[in-house]
Amino acid sequence: MNIVVCLKQVPDTNEVKIDQKTGTLIREGVPSIINPDDKNALEEALRLKDSNGAHVTIVSMGPPQAQIALREALAMGADEAILVSDRAFAGSDTLATSNTLAATIRQLDYDVIFAGRQAIDGDTAQVGPEIAELLGLPQITYVEKVEVINSGLKVRKAWEDGYEDIEVKTPVLLTAIKELNEPRYMNIKNIFGMYQEKEIKTWNADDIEADKTVLGLNGSPTKVKKSMTKEPKGQGELIQLPPKEAAQFVISKLKENHFI
Amino acid sequence: MNFTLTKEQEFVRQMVREFAINEVEPLAADIDVTERFPRETVDKMARYHMLGIPIATKYGGAGGDNLSYAIAVEELSKKCATTGVILSAHTSLCAGPIDMFGTEEQKMKYLVPLAKGEKLGAFGLTEPNAGTDASEQQTTAILEGDNYILNGSKIFITNGGEADTYVVAAMTDKSKGTRGISCFIIEKDFEGFSIGKHEDKLGIRASSTTELVFTNCMVPKENLLGKEGKGFGIAMKTLDGGRIGIAAQALGIAEGALEESTKYMKERKQFGKPLSAFQGLQWMVAELDVKVECAKLLVYKAAFNKDNGLSYSVEAARAKLFASETAMEVTTKAVQIFGGYGYTKEYPIERMMRDAKITEIYEGTSQVQKMVIAANLLK
Amino acid sequence: MSIADYKGVWVFAEQRDGELQKIALELLGEGRRIADKLGVELTALLLGDKTDNMVKELVAFGADKVIVADHPLLGHFTTDGYAKVICELANERKPEVIFIGASYLGRDLGPRVSARLSTGLVADCTSLDVDEENNNLLMTRPAFGGNLMATIVCGDHRPQMATVRPGVFEKLTRDANRSCPIEKVTLNLTDDDIRTNTLEVVKVAQVLADIADANIIVSGGRGVGAKENFAILETLATSLGGVVGGSRAAVENGWVDKSLQVGQTGKTVRPNVYIACGISGAIQHLAGMQESDFIIAINKDPSAPIMKVANLAIAGDYSKVIPEMIAQIEAIKENNLI
Repeated sequence: MNIVVCLKQVPDTNEVKIDQKTGTLIREGVPSIINPDDKNALEEALRLKDSNGAHVTIVSMGPPQAQIALREALAMGADEAILVSDRAFAGSDTLATSNTLAATIRQLDYDVIFAGRQAIDGDTAQVGPEIAELLGLPQITYVEKVEVINSGLKVRKAWEDGYEDIEVKTPVLLTAIKELNEPRYMNIKNIFGMYQEKEIKTWNADDIEADKTVLGLNGSPTKVKKSMTKEPKGQGELIQLPPKEAAQFVISKLKENHFI
Repeated sequence: MNFTLTKEQEFVRQMVREFAINEVEPLAADIDVTERFPRETVDKMARYHMLGIPIATKYGGAGGDNLSYAIAVEELSKKCATTGVILSAHTSLCAGPIDMFGTEEQKMKYLVPLAKGEKLGAFGLTEPNAGTDASEQQTTAILEGDNYILNGSKIFITNGGEADTYVVAAMTDKSKGTRGISCFIIEKDFEGFSIGKHEDKLGIRASSTTELVFTNCMVPKENLLGKEGKGFGIAMKTLDGGRIGIAAQALGIAEGALEESTKYMKERKQFGKPLSAFQGLQWMVAELDVKVECAKLLVYKAAFNKDNGLSYSVEAARAKLFASETAMEVTTKAVQIFGGYGYTKEYPIERMMRDAKITEIYEGTSQVQKMVIAANLLK
Repeated sequence: MSIADYKGVWVFAEQRDGELQKIALELLGEGRRIADKLGVELTALLLGDKTDNMVKELVAFGADKVIVADHPLLGHFTTDGYAKVICELANERKPEVIFIGASYLGRDLGPRVSARLSTGLVADCTSLDVDEENNNLLMTRPAFGGNLMATIVCGDHRPQMATVRPGVFEKLTRDANRSCPIEKVTLNLTDDDIRTNTLEVVKVAQVLADIADANIIVSGGRGVGAKENFAILETLATSLGGVVGGSRAAVENGWVDKSLQVGQTGKTVRPNVYIACGISGAIQHLAGMQESDFIIAINKDPSAPIMKVANLAIAGDYSKVIPEMIAQIEAIKENNLI
């Protein structure tokens, strides 16, 4: 079985801080990590490698420094890694990104494509389904369990209020959520083996034979018009009101912030 | 001079750090109170090839280096000194000598399972009458036919009772003094071998520290490690490597305590300011930071020397001496920074202080380290 | 084919097992405002099986037109089935805007449709507007893990697509007297179009394994006073869809279970909302919850340490404030019931 795992290196947005004086994001010193949902996708692929002897290839679109994330994936146990990187991809929105990744994956053999549900920097959850569409594959999102069966895969899809068990033939694209599994750590033996045994292939826009008009900024239907930081969490307000009014104030604040 | 770690070493640090935070830290306080040996952690470490880091892949190891192994012990010890010493004793004191002095058959039979983490290792040299004076071995090993018969006992053995494989020193020829000591590989199921007293300790309380008892214990002669009469040299060489591990443990304890302290200083307010605003305390942690950094450089240099075929006996002694004293100083001052809260089990800092003390004692007391350093200096 | 040929705001009316979802009505509410600004028609697009009752509601809640795709194969959501129907209709009718709810369903369907239509999709919008200069939709959403807000435009492609989370917008008041054209489209949808096979659908009550996973925590401390008094915190937690937590004092007094302890010797939590009742805010407790997104503290003492850390500090008696909150939340929920 051949499995392709889509992986993205992201800044650890949980560690991002806002500069209290300027109200801007402090980006320096924020560690880069493998996107958490992608790690769940990778872990499931590695489990299928352990149980069914699957061959696991990582595909990632990113700048050269994303190599370190691919190294981590190889140390966890993936067999090969491809970094597709080119200045031509700059400014890509989700569709352009999906076109780039789909073109890359078209060069490979695959039975299953695993992606994480969403990345913690973009938070769109769009790339997985868009790749599936571009490759003409069935998709199942919010996957929390995968089983190999004779006719293909039996997959448990999470719903807000329960789940759905689905049978699907391969090839298929699945997007993983954190409930799918507990990702493993890097294996120390792999750390020492991988620099000799496993090379990271770097491909550029020419290698993936994609139509250049669908890549990068020009291939992006959506563009950011402006971005702003949210109000920094300040001292906070002290309310001294009778219970009913106090409750009203709290509820209105909760609604304002979309917590309820 | 290259002061940067290799990519592999950085990955080892990252992996063990995550492992320590997620798997080791949550258990640390509880196992210290209950003295429960964290067997599940050992099994997890085995899964990730952490129990054979510097051993060649040919022998089931991870094919890494001693500096990576030291980093692993360091990162584990930041969160739990017990877990750090379990790894250190297993790797340096048991897998180590078999790797250095074992025959091909012995390596295949014993080193491979140890490196793979299928078996846990320990080392027995210390006896009731032979501590710093290790040459006063009273355990005897008499060759009778195809076996050596061992009689005697060892005390204060780390991983005792939990280990499967033990490298043990015994006297094969009393008349020859230190040149009459030999080393043997003991399996826990050998007839005549039993575990005696479990020590109830001040620190590293979940580390299993026991007596080993040999009563006409039959050890096949193939289990002689190295040559007869060479055991003392083997033991000393083994301890040189072990000192790097313990120095790394002490370094980790010191770093863990310093991290907890700076975190607390930013949170705790007195006189309307966080503790971190007070210069007296700022200077205190600045001094500790420098000492920790010095300890780190000594530990890494000793490991570097071992990796590069350079002699490392003195470097290991320096590292162990300085790192253990630093651990003691940092943890004691850390408890001071935490004040009353630091004295209670609410915070992990009191445990770190209790854990630190043993690093000044085992695998050669600070006094022994000074003997080694002085001998080299004044030769 | 130019941009100007695309007209109209469509709202995908999400339904599940024959029940119209709240998000569909909320989108009609905002869709109305956007359609008015653009001077175009607001259409609700409903896919399902036996949909007549739902159609009525869509009319009553503001649609200018309802397009219905009623087919047994559309009763239960499948990506293949829904994407085919929506894309064929969109290509035929050319709406300039399509709104989809950002539920699990919408987040599965939205990008599939946008990719097939080779257009842009902006997910999880928290506010929408129209650019007066060029009538482009302005879609604002959180990014970078919620640390930034970004306004995004899909200038040269149509339709402009956006998904919106439930609860962001308000539905209009129901008007049973409204009427509007309803078009039932004929479909050519067969089993072969759908490549997944549903074996079973199971509804499960959400059981929270770990308080650290909760989005909303209502926590009590020494000030709560007794075990029985935690009941009111439980009720508030349930009505907010959250869980109860406790300080060390509450746990040691036997008022809450140890697994719910928040703090230095308990769990560290980072929920969206942390409501601290009768908790003074000793640093051992703060260490366990100060990274929460929004902290509300209710304490009789305005100078308690927790009040300085809270986003919203209520000086008062939790036993009086909480019941008021519960009553008001229940009232809101009743209003929202279809």
